[in-house]
Amino acid sequence: MMVAFFGAIETGIIYALMALGVYLSFRVLDFPDLTVDGSFVTGAAVSAMFIVNGQPPLAATILGMAAGFLAGCITGLLHTKGKINPLLSGILMMIALYSINLRIMGGQSNVPLLNESTLFTSITGLWNGFGISQPVNQFLSTIGITNPSIIIFALILTLVVKFLTDYFLKTEIGLALRATGDNKRMIRSLSANTDGLIILGIGLSNALVALSGALVAQHGGFADAGMGIGMIIIGLASVIIGEALFGTKSIARITLAVIGGAVIYRIVVSLALRVDFLETGDMKLITAVIVIGALITPKVLESRREKRRRLRKKAELSEAAAAEEGRNQNAST
Amino acid sequence: MLQLKQVSLTFNEGTMDEKKALQNVNIELKSGEFLTVIGSNGAGKSTLMNVISGSVIPDTGNVYIDGKAVTPMQEYKRSRMIGRVFQDPMAGTAPSMTIEENLAMAWARDKKRSLKPGVSKKRKTLFREHLAALNLGLEDRLSAKVGLLSGGERQALSLLMATFTEPNILMLDEHTAALDPSRAELITNITGDVVEKFQLTTLMVTHNMQQALDLGTRLIMMDKGQIILDVAGKEKQELTIEKLLNEFQRIRGEQLTNDKAVLG
Repeated sequence: MMVAFFGAIETGIIYALMALGVYLSFRVLDFPDLTVDGSFVTGAAVSAMFIVNGQPPLAATILGMAAGFLAGCITGLLHTKGKINPLLSGILMMIALYSINLRIMGGQSNVPLLNESTLFTSITGLWNGFGISQPVNQFLSTIGITNPSIIIFALILTLVVKFLTDYFLKTEIGLALRATGDNKRMIRSLSANTDGLIILGIGLSNALVALSGALVAQHGGFADAGMGIGMIIIGLASVIIGEALFGTKSIARITLAVIGGAVIYRIVVSLALRVDFLETGDMKLITAVIVIGALITPKVLESRREKRRRLRKKAELSEAAAAEEGRNQNAST
Repeated sequence: MLQLKQVSLTFNEGTMDEKKALQNVNIELKSGEFLTVIGSNGAGKSTLMNVISGSVIPDTGNVYIDGKAVTPMQEYKRSRMIGRVFQDPMAGTAPSMTIEENLAMAWARDKKRSLKPGVSKKRKTLFREHLAALNLGLEDRLSAKVGLLSGGERQALSLLMATFTEPNILMLDEHTAALDPSRAELITNITGDVVEKFQLTTLMVTHNMQQALDLGTRLIMMDKGQIILDVAGKEKQELTIEKLLNEFQRIRGEQLTNDKAVLG
């Protein structure tokens, strides 16, 4: 149970990078970008191929990220210069990437990384080199954390990306990027090149998605052409769950919420998979149900609160009227 | 400072809906001049603004700012030199961002945007000073989201954002039309103050004749894409609404088609 729980947290933290990317496109730029399903695999495929060919895993991961950035930029170009609707530009890029990813993986639909040295095996190796790792590992494994170095590394990396995102969104360029999603006409009248900002923003978003894909491949031990299917919905689920649970007061709060949302999503899925009649193949259905739930629940709660508030007002009014009447009667008798 | 030379623009040329929005328009604005533009609906005022700002490219003719032809320049590049306030209070600010962030974006208009923080301590002090001059209490609400402000407050903020970098040209596009009379008066007063303070070369389009008379050093009236009246200096100071209406009748030989819209 605890092993599965911490496993869910671990994957959640890695997928949180993808969710941060989705937050950049969907929320900051107000651009529903479906490139994600493809660029996630691109990140995985590029890093896997470099690793298989003997390159250092860190360089392979960065190159995977760069490939995602490029894919995002092309989506941005399709929309801004080609004047294609945002949804359609994303879908076109996603479809195109499916073939491109197969090409990257040398025509195979699956590239195994089991006996390769990945970012995670190097981190684990580094950790086990420390003197204290033995007793710490033993203690942690009793509470269900089998490989502490991975979870710590993933957490640090995700937090670094979070703080970089927070900082970036407050720089002069970041402000202009946010305004592009908020009020294009205004920021254009303030001399910002909105086309360029959209291309940059979608590029950065997909770079994060690809980074997440590269890490998921190295964590899971393979890159697969189908591993990106439904990724956009998972990202969206993380963003929506996070915002609903942790609030949207400031940028720093939202990015933290998105990471929290990604982790909670994984925990919910791992709990759902423990239900007897659900199978691994039901994952996508579970995801869809979670997203629908996360979208509808806040609205239902809100309208019920409103209703109760109105009823209470009504009750207060009639009470006051009754009291008034009572006073009048007392006065007359 | 601002020059329009033989600018013409026709929409839907060769169709039933053909409309000559601008016909051979020539304007020359000297530095520090404050021009008000009046005219009924469809006279070409908005097109004139759009041609200057670059959101519309004229068929023929050129626009010059500081002697430099800006006609082929894209809107966002041109806006380094032009401060704008729109009619819609929603249009000039980013509602989900804070007052200080909006000001920071406007502050960066004539500079290159970098990866430095947009809102620094030094800038905050500067923003606070500028906001205090508006007398709306906005200086104490720097980190409030602009979406929470009223239409008048937003328009005052837009005005500040358009002017405090001292652009070469300030363009006001019926910027008080969406406000109630008292708010409109407030914004009109602030407009007079900031234009004076920064000595801005200004172009203001308005439907409100009284406003056109109260503000500005020069006035032009447009009709059917042409400038039919151009008064400045002492003559402008002595204008009244009645004189304007008579003048229109004399030139066009007809009553102003829609007095109500013009009188605002």
